Amino acid sequence: MSETSLAISKFSDLANPTRFLALAARAIPWLTGITALCFIVGLYLSFATEGDYQQGETVRIMYVHVPSAWLSMMCYTIMSLSAIGTLVWRHPLADVSAKAAAPLGAAFTLLALVTGSLWGKPMWGTWWVWDARLTSVFVLFLMYLGLIALGRAIDDPSKAARVSAVLILVGFVNIPIIKFSVEWWNTLHQSASVLRLDGPAIDPEFLRPLFVMAIAFTLLFFTLHIMAMRNEIWRRRIAAQRRLAARMASRED
Amino acid sequence: MTALFFRDLKLSIRAGGGALIGVLFFLTIVAVIPFGVGPDLKLLSRIGPAIVWIGALLAALLGLDRLFQAERDDGSLDLMLMQETPLVLTVLVKCFAHWTATSLPLVIASPLLGLFMNMDETAIGATILTLLVGSPAITFIGAVGAAVAVALPRGGLLVSILVLPLTIPVLIFGVSATYAAVEDAAPFLPPFLILIALTLFFAVIGPAAAALALRNTAD
Repeated sequence: MSETSLAISKFSDLANPTRFLALAARAIPWLTGITALCFIVGLYLSFATEGDYQQGETVRIMYVHVPSAWLSMMCYTIMSLSAIGTLVWRHPLADVSAKAAAPLGAAFTLLALVTGSLWGKPMWGTWWVWDARLTSVFVLFLMYLGLIALGRAIDDPSKAARVSAVLILVGFVNIPIIKFSVEWWNTLHQSASVLRLDGPAIDPEFLRPLFVMAIAFTLLFFTLHIMAMRNEIWRRRIAAQRRLAARMASRED
Repeated sequence: MTALFFRDLKLSIRAGGGALIGVLFFLTIVAVIPFGVGPDLKLLSRIGPAIVWIGALLAALLGLDRLFQAERDDGSLDLMLMQETPLVLTVLVKCFAHWTATSLPLVIASPLLGLFMNMDETAIGATILTLLVGSPAITFIGAVGAAVAVALPRGGLLVSILVLPLTIPVLIFGVSATYAAVEDAAPFLPPFLILIALTLFFAVIGPAAAALALRNTAD
């Protein structure tokens, strides 16, 4: 068996929810542990470093704001990939993944908006401006909420998944807009300073804690995502069992 | 396809006055604004284009949930899914019919509202032009929402919530093109071209996604 087909068969093995649950049971304690460790190191580093000469202590907001903003976009990207999985391969775990990711994405987006607002007040002198980056992230937040509402409005989970998947893919146009909004429209929000072609533009002093915090937040996302997927699978099994029990009961009558 | 176009057009005009209701709703929205911001003519002429655009956007959303719902109720949606012509084309034609029946009257009514808002001739002309070019994009985006909502028992309000965030780029460039036409400082053409690009882009994406959603909800 060649390398790729082995990888594909491993991937399709995960389609079996029971295998996924077994894997999740093994992975979750490790993931939780590593996430906690990263947060301890990251938080220590972010409080140990000096404040910025210009921004003072408020620069520490960055260590929460930037990772959550990055996750708000990564979560939507993962949902889009899951949507493709739902529509193209009918992968049974893809719709579970998309459904579990939506509330997480909404939470991280809200966190990015709130911390940005808290940071904006001392720096820019205002809680909110209708700047391109802020507005597009706010639209992303609305889209997460709309997708959650849509998922709840349809009873049949597989139909809900396929319909939401279409909408997720249409909404993906917003992600490049968010990413490049600071370069296309030169408004109040500062332009990209970490992921740049010519290397990061911020001091390594700030980059180190930011990097650790970004890893910690990403791990936190994956831990929560796998936990939420596990809960969703269990919820569907319980619903199936209930239906079965109801059918048996009605047959006995 | 032409037959489908005229069938849809006739249905939406005759059944409950879809077009008339849309225009009335548009008029009402714009008439309510001066009560909210005060009858200051200078202020009104400044924010006029934006208000006309928002009114048109909301009015265009009004009849969207009926785009496929009626077909589903009387069973003709299943026939459309089964026929030989690609579903994408059918959806595209239905979008054009819907646009002609509901959005075109709004475009025609907008000069009158421009007068109410104390806008000058260039502003009115620019608003008509941008609405004419931009409103198809709203219909195409709305078609996705309408197709998604076919699966819902009562999805009218949800369609608006799902569709509105996606229409924001259209609104931004429509209004900025209008302002650019009024003020000498900003060039009119770049935002106007982006608006055209958005309409063409969604003319491709919208019907394709709507057809995909319809196939998936039909089962």
